[in-house]
Amino acid sequence: MSGVAVPHEGGVPHNDDGVPDPGEMTGIPRTAAPPPPRPPLAHALRDAGIAALVALGLFIPLVGLRTDVGPSGGGLFIRTRWTDVAIIVGLVFAGRLALNLWESLRPERRAPTARRTALLGRIGLLVAPVLLGFAIALPFLPGTSRYVLDLGILVLTYVMLGWGLNIVVGLAGLLDLGYVAFYAVGAYSYALLSTTVGLSFWICLPLAGLLAAFWGVLLGFPVLRLRGDYLAIVTLAFGEIIRVVLINWVSLTGGPNGISGIPRPSFFGLSFSAGGGPGSFSDFFGLEPSPTHRVVFLYYLILALALLTNWVTLRLRRQPLGRAWEALREDEIACRALGINVTNTKLTAFAIGAMFGGFAGAFFATRQAFVSPESFTFIESAIILAIVVLGGLGSQLGVALAALIMIGGFEAFRDLEEWRMLAFGAAMVVIMVWRPRGMVSTRTPSISLGKRKSISGDLVGEGHG
Amino acid sequence: MSAALQNRAPSAAMLRLEGVTAAYGAVEALRDVSVHVDPGEIVTLIGANGAGKSTLLMTIFGSPRARTGRILFEGRDITGMPMHEIARAGIAQSPEGRRIFPRMTVRENLLMGAQSFGVDPAPGLEQAFTLFPRLKEREAQRGGTLSGGEQQMLAIARALMSKPRLLLLDEPSLGLAPLVVRGIFSAIRRLNAETGLTVLLVEQNANQALRLAHRGYVLVNGRTTLEGTGAELLARPEVRDAYLGTH
Repeated sequence: MSGVAVPHEGGVPHNDDGVPDPGEMTGIPRTAAPPPPRPPLAHALRDAGIAALVALGLFIPLVGLRTDVGPSGGGLFIRTRWTDVAIIVGLVFAGRLALNLWESLRPERRAPTARRTALLGRIGLLVAPVLLGFAIALPFLPGTSRYVLDLGILVLTYVMLGWGLNIVVGLAGLLDLGYVAFYAVGAYSYALLSTTVGLSFWICLPLAGLLAAFWGVLLGFPVLRLRGDYLAIVTLAFGEIIRVVLINWVSLTGGPNGISGIPRPSFFGLSFSAGGGPGSFSDFFGLEPSPTHRVVFLYYLILALALLTNWVTLRLRRQPLGRAWEALREDEIACRALGINVTNTKLTAFAIGAMFGGFAGAFFATRQAFVSPESFTFIESAIILAIVVLGGLGSQLGVALAALIMIGGFEAFRDLEEWRMLAFGAAMVVIMVWRPRGMVSTRTPSISLGKRKSISGDLVGEGHG
Repeated sequence: MSAALQNRAPSAAMLRLEGVTAAYGAVEALRDVSVHVDPGEIVTLIGANGAGKSTLLMTIFGSPRARTGRILFEGRDITGMPMHEIARAGIAQSPEGRRIFPRMTVRENLLMGAQSFGVDPAPGLEQAFTLFPRLKEREAQRGGTLSGGEQQMLAIARALMSKPRLLLLDEPSLGLAPLVVRGIFSAIRRLNAETGLTVLLVEQNANQALRLAHRGYVLVNGRTTLEGTGAELLARPEVRDAYLGTH
């Protein structure tokens, strides 16, 4: 029975209410006894030694050998930098050793007690309203500069993209590495419709969402049979195809030069012109004309769009469709056996996720007033996916926190210049070591009986590899 | 359900497999299998590991598809229909390995069983909790935290949520203690006696399965070799030697 049904790798058989497991009456151990622990120090040293060897192999060619142009200007000569290699290998050894010792010395990975889960739940209940209140109040807080607002807009764009992708990856469990394609479709939809046909932002916004959803379905159809790694590769390719088409279809998209002069959105027909002429926002409300108005407006626009994404997701989770997505993530065969049309369920996940990507894209285009294929490279998909995974698959709050930390942190480390990616990577590793299932790994049941009960992700197998 | 029973000619089998062959790639798993299940019956398929028992259930559900032959359910040809439509035709299954949704609560698992059938889940939930009071206690708990026996109960209860006329059970006793198996088998018997539910049961535990079932088939290397009532098969020496062993 141990291997059959209970995904308890690494965990202690444990019911969430702390009652000893009734399965024990079967007399068969639920989980195999853990292997006898090796002496921690010896094991840690061995492992660190292997890591150091790997580092040595990697860094001898990468760092140890460097070609420089000869002093006379002709020819290359090889300079060796063995000291640097030694330092790096030493760092890897020490770091790996410290990590191993920390892992072995800290108490056995405990299934968190009900109290701890409840406490975290209470904190979680507080964090979301506080964050929301802060987000709403931000433009009016003293000391909020134009820079902070711009950063806020950026963070919220990624929050929205994260929430959109969360529908596909977090809820439906379909690994999508090409999400940026829908972002691009939305951005170019608005850019093209507004510059060529002259439609306003508010008409283009739903159109951009619809077009992105349409592309989502178009991509979804051929890849529905694929799962996991295979799906990931196809979506990755799709993201690249969209970008390559945008670069090469010069007559429509302007190719690498992109599309500029995209109209800015208006506030119910009131424009945000800096001059403040008649019919402008500042004129109508009798305000001093200021370029900040538009930034504040854009900030609230993306906040509203992000909250819309969140609201729709939360609503859908409580509906049969959302439940079917989650069930699909857990077991596709069981879903089929229960009469669920897996094809349609996957397609709706793709389409709705893509739609929010499209909304975000239209917003991006109107904010920048300029789009080019450069904004839609694979790294964007990777960042959005990282936000979803680091935040905790399926967790709305986790995704918002992860977007704040990733994008905000990326800005905060701007002074580190080329070391920024290193700090960024290190932060991701730390988060994954510290919380392997993402920052917020609890799943709130979509229906509850009386009191709410959430069960820690530590109790289930996910993320234990 | 009873109305549906009356609408059919009494002699018609509920499920009929006629000369069904199925294969995984080049490997033939079922060879010219003909099996039928009458309304209100419990029929069991017994056989050794790899005899094709689970394949037979999966073939009824369209995966793998039958290469030759026909599968009729209530007189309707369901061969080659997509899985979810077969389920909607009135067949439910508790699949091999239970396949409950581990991160979803017991209640959510049960609701999943009803939601694509447009039926009101309330009576189904009540039936599930009457049949398995254990599930009521665990209603708000995640499926993955249940014991093996409870997971099996959940898998059966979830399958029943759609109000099927035919229930396919794949190895419900797998990995469970004898006491738990007895409880589950008696629940199946009660369901059959009280609601007239038709059951096709695949089992390795031949002894208990044959005691429970009205009729049984023995499957060897993808072929049915024996057919008879449960008691008849239990008495056959070749069944005793091959499947009951030293029990």
